[in-house]
Amino acid sequence: MAEPKVSGSGHDKLMIGQSATSVYVAHAILILGLVIVAFPIYYTFVASTQTLQTILRPPLPLTPGGEFWNNYTEALFGGAGRIGGVGAGTLLLNTTIMALGIAVGKIMISILSAYAIVFFRFPFRMAIFWLIFITLMLPVEVRILPTYKVMVDLGLIDTYAGLIIPLIASATATLLFRQFFMTIPGELVEAARVDGAGPWRFFFDILLPLSRTNIAALFVILFIYGWTQYLWPLLVTNRNDMTTIVIALKKMVSFADADTQWHLVMVTAILAIVPPILVVVLMQRWFVRGLVDTEK
Amino acid sequence: MSPRVVFPNRVLPYLLVAPQLAITLVFFYWPAGQALYQSMLKEDPFGLKSKFVWFDNFKKVLADPNYLYSLKVTVVFSVATAAVAMGVALLLAVMAEKVVRSKGFYRTLLIWPYAVAPAIAGMLFLFLFNPSIGSLAILLRKIGIAWDPVLNGTDAMTLLVAAAAWKQISYNFLFFVAGLQAIPKTLIEAAAIDGAKEMKRFWTITFPLLAPTTFFLLVINTTYAFFDTFGIVHAVTGGGPGKSTETLVYKVYNDGFVNLILGSSAAQSVILMVIVIALTAIQFRYVERKVHYG
Repeated sequence: MAEPKVSGSGHDKLMIGQSATSVYVAHAILILGLVIVAFPIYYTFVASTQTLQTILRPPLPLTPGGEFWNNYTEALFGGAGRIGGVGAGTLLLNTTIMALGIAVGKIMISILSAYAIVFFRFPFRMAIFWLIFITLMLPVEVRILPTYKVMVDLGLIDTYAGLIIPLIASATATLLFRQFFMTIPGELVEAARVDGAGPWRFFFDILLPLSRTNIAALFVILFIYGWTQYLWPLLVTNRNDMTTIVIALKKMVSFADADTQWHLVMVTAILAIVPPILVVVLMQRWFVRGLVDTEK
Repeated sequence: MSPRVVFPNRVLPYLLVAPQLAITLVFFYWPAGQALYQSMLKEDPFGLKSKFVWFDNFKKVLADPNYLYSLKVTVVFSVATAAVAMGVALLLAVMAEKVVRSKGFYRTLLIWPYAVAPAIAGMLFLFLFNPSIGSLAILLRKIGIAWDPVLNGTDAMTLLVAAAAWKQISYNFLFFVAGLQAIPKTLIEAAAIDGAKEMKRFWTITFPLLAPTTFFLLVINTTYAFFDTFGIVHAVTGGGPGKSTETLVYKVYNDGFVNLILGSSAAQSVILMVIVIALTAIQFRYVERKVHYG
């Protein structure tokens, strides 16, 4: 190992005890990490621009082919045979509605119940708080069949409401808002009341603007959560034109079957992963914050 | 906590909690109660007759070699996934700490997999590694590794772990980076001046100080591997070949939804509930400690 240096020259500022070689090694390892992380996604993109014949004769080339427009227009508007003639456009629309519905719905009902729990005193307040808190421990996975039965009884199979509503109640968002509301000084409430503001006025004019950052952070996390759901849409949708793009993708793929339209599968896969990736990358600041917040 | 200034309304707060409470009761408590009730019922396959049998279903499930095997599969899968995902993420985070200026660039590219649905991650890996058209599978075969995740249980498990861990790297990376940033640089520099080499500095200073982050991530990753990876199993292996990748959640789904063994499936649900409660309790205890030590 090289001698410790005191301070940096070149590209990166060095800490005491850090050698230039170790920084190069760090870059090398990080680049290797990037390759591992990015390669499956990149290769899927490459496959989505090839003809079916090329895909069936592996190994695939490392650079995109010339079928981009053909494959993408066919997947978006043509409809792949395996999922009952439903185009990727419909699936994207369903998934977007579900992800937005879950994110917006969850934020709305959580902020309201957190508001009630922090800024009002009423009988059963703590009991209600605990009822909400305990739902943390009841994920869909532990109550699959009975929940399905409720959905059938309420006629919610194959509806957007069925995809969205049961997933918008959860403790995480409520806990987050409650925690944030408790840091708001009582003087603020007092001042608002002295000035004659009622609870709604206070909520819309003071509380909501103060919660903007929290809402944005939570929105990113919940959008991804909604977009990547699997078990739930699998249970509550039977019709191909009501399902999400993730489930449709699963239905399109069969490794045993020679009929699988791989080029269209790959296009669908890219369409299914690009929107949430864009949200995460473009709203990175909120994303990182939301991640840290929701796990507190 | 000092008494809060509150609004005097009597009815309004109930209206505010009503939407969440209604959804919670209809879609959480009612089905969970049903699961509990059904776990003590014995039903014939047509659902015509049922009998209350107390804990018989639990006894049967816990004595069932298939269930115990599935438990083993789940534990192997979770430990392997958590270890790989956290190991790789920690290595990358430590490296990212060294390259001060380009850290943002690496971070932006490393967080992508978080946005990929677990099931899709699984399908991408299967596309790359399946024996008939997977480009990387062919590469492996060329260098002499016989590989067939479709027929070989161990290979199938390896594929699932790779896909599940791949997806979780981003998450762990972000938390490890945050944890590393909280460690005072002066501490590490002092050790360097005292002559401690890089590896030694890592294992004697950085790693112990990261313990809270590591423990927290361990709980989160276990929960993830237990529950959120249903999509990977369902989309990639369907529990096979044989039952070699049948995790507990997949088995609940399969027994209840596909094979219609209701009592057993309900009992399995309740056992999973107990596991979630335990994991959540551990997580919250830990959070309390974190608050204590700042």
